[in-house]
Amino acid sequence: MRAVRYVAINVFRESIRDRVPYNLVLFAVLLIGSSYLLGQLTAGQDVKIIKDLGLAATSVFGLFIAIFIGIGLVSKEVEKRSIYALLSKPVSRSQFIAGKYSGLVLTLAVNVAVMTVALYAVLAYMSWTESAQFKAGWERPAADPALLKALLLIFLELMLVTAIAVFFSTFSSPILSAAMTFGLYVAGHFNADLRNFDKVVDSKSAATLARVVYHVLPDFAAFDIKTQVVHGIPVPAMYLGATIGYGLAYIGALLLVATFIFSRRDFK
Amino acid sequence: MSPAIDIDNLAKDYAVGFWRRRPYRALDRLTLTIEPGEVFGFLGPNGAGKTTTLKLLMQLIYPTSGRATILGRPVGDLAVRQRIGYLPENPSFYEYLTAEELLTYFAQLFGFSPADRRKRIATLLDRVGIGRERRFQLRRFSKGMVQRVGIAQALLNDPEVIFLDEPMSGLDPLGRRDVRALILELRDQGRTVFFSSHILADAEALCSRVAVVAAGRLAAQGRLADLTEFTVRGWELVVANLSAAALERVRPATSRVIEISPGRYSLELSLAQPADRILAELVATGASVVSLNPLRETLEDFFVQRVNAVGQGSRTEHEAVDARR
Repeated sequence: MRAVRYVAINVFRESIRDRVPYNLVLFAVLLIGSSYLLGQLTAGQDVKIIKDLGLAATSVFGLFIAIFIGIGLVSKEVEKRSIYALLSKPVSRSQFIAGKYSGLVLTLAVNVAVMTVALYAVLAYMSWTESAQFKAGWERPAADPALLKALLLIFLELMLVTAIAVFFSTFSSPILSAAMTFGLYVAGHFNADLRNFDKVVDSKSAATLARVVYHVLPDFAAFDIKTQVVHGIPVPAMYLGATIGYGLAYIGALLLVATFIFSRRDFK
Repeated sequence: MSPAIDIDNLAKDYAVGFWRRRPYRALDRLTLTIEPGEVFGFLGPNGAGKTTTLKLLMQLIYPTSGRATILGRPVGDLAVRQRIGYLPENPSFYEYLTAEELLTYFAQLFGFSPADRRKRIATLLDRVGIGRERRFQLRRFSKGMVQRVGIAQALLNDPEVIFLDEPMSGLDPLGRRDVRALILELRDQGRTVFFSSHILADAEALCSRVAVVAAGRLAAQGRLADLTEFTVRGWELVVANLSAAALERVRPATSRVIEISPGRYSLELSLAQPADRILAELVATGASVVSLNPLRETLEDFFVQRVNAVGQGSRTEHEAVDARR
């Protein structure tokens, strides 16, 4: 555990030194700027738009961090040969992968936490400045605790993207890893279409193949409950629990395969 | 007591070629045993298989066949890594860390207490000559300074066995002298040092035993004294007042003639030549003998001879394979 902890802390430190926190400043400016502009333009819809924007920005900014740092986590160490000295210390290859992954998840957790606080602060400010009559038209309160459900699943989605990036990073180049991770992310969002593929094609083999791909690809659409939360549609606890379980199982499987591949690799 | 390092028939093939992958043997059935407390020089020209061997011992690559143990345990055993140090060839570290932070990170992996860590790091950085630069990020370090940090990290855990891959690389003459002194200090403390180099002077100054590898094969191994000291390959005769006629008479018996000053010559005689007869002949012509010394084989002569022999063997083998095709 000691090795995993210190490798993770080093990844976190690297992301701080690489000025990753700057994205938080951009996020805050975007959110505050939009809330001010929307306050001038719309009537009654501004809170929903800010919620939508805040959740979408948390997801997109996190996605960039997960992909662009994730793909370099392992491959950069191999390319720059810094892994040579590290692996001569009492660190196994599986601990290395676990530490690298945990470090980036820690970075993402801090990022999402700060963004969550910023989003709630802007929403609370809006709630405080609006009149009671105006607020009566809102479906849900501005600083709605249900937003946390959406943020939790966004975080889990980012953990899954990171696991995919680390997985590709263990055996391919950063550019290829980025392309494949992003490709899988996009495909995973349209995964539900594959489930009903047999209704639009006659070929039985094509339908079977589509079903297999549906089960293998990560179902990213399952993590997207932004619309429900913003519009006050309840999200059952069962759904939340099942999605979290699915995400963690997928991450676990990806990291196991990544460790398996990485443990057999030669560093030439 | 088990050997510090035991390498048994270790071989490594790499797949080369883009479409038709075929194996290329980088290391061919290497067998070596290094006893505790030895300073062992692992010598060979570039591409001989030195770094491949060290990477196999650090389990950065896996062998095609054979096995190796360090301190009686298989390479890759985490408990062994607690007791060894390794300096990679042309080391590279995290550029965003300072020298102090890098060593702190590695010391944490070894489980040092904060107090021990601080003390050990300060002592080591002083020892390798990193002064106030220790608080600079490594991206600002020169190649030689990175090499010094590399040596410090290899010694961080007070290792029993230290592997150094080209430790003098990138160092200026002062740095080389410091590293030589450090290796001798480690030897005096009873540590085992296994270092690879293609600089023979380092081996001659430091090693109790050496192995020479060439084209992935072990060309020779043994104590330096056994390999070179008693191998006399001829005589160096210095004579004065040597006339041109006398010189011409003895020239066929010499392998090299150097004129030091007018009438004064250094003549190299091969072992096959009867030195006493030539000596008598020269004295009879009025020349005076200044000195007669045996020409001993240097490590460099030995190295070149063995490396060439392996190269020829390897070529003959390839030709035989080609002829069979």
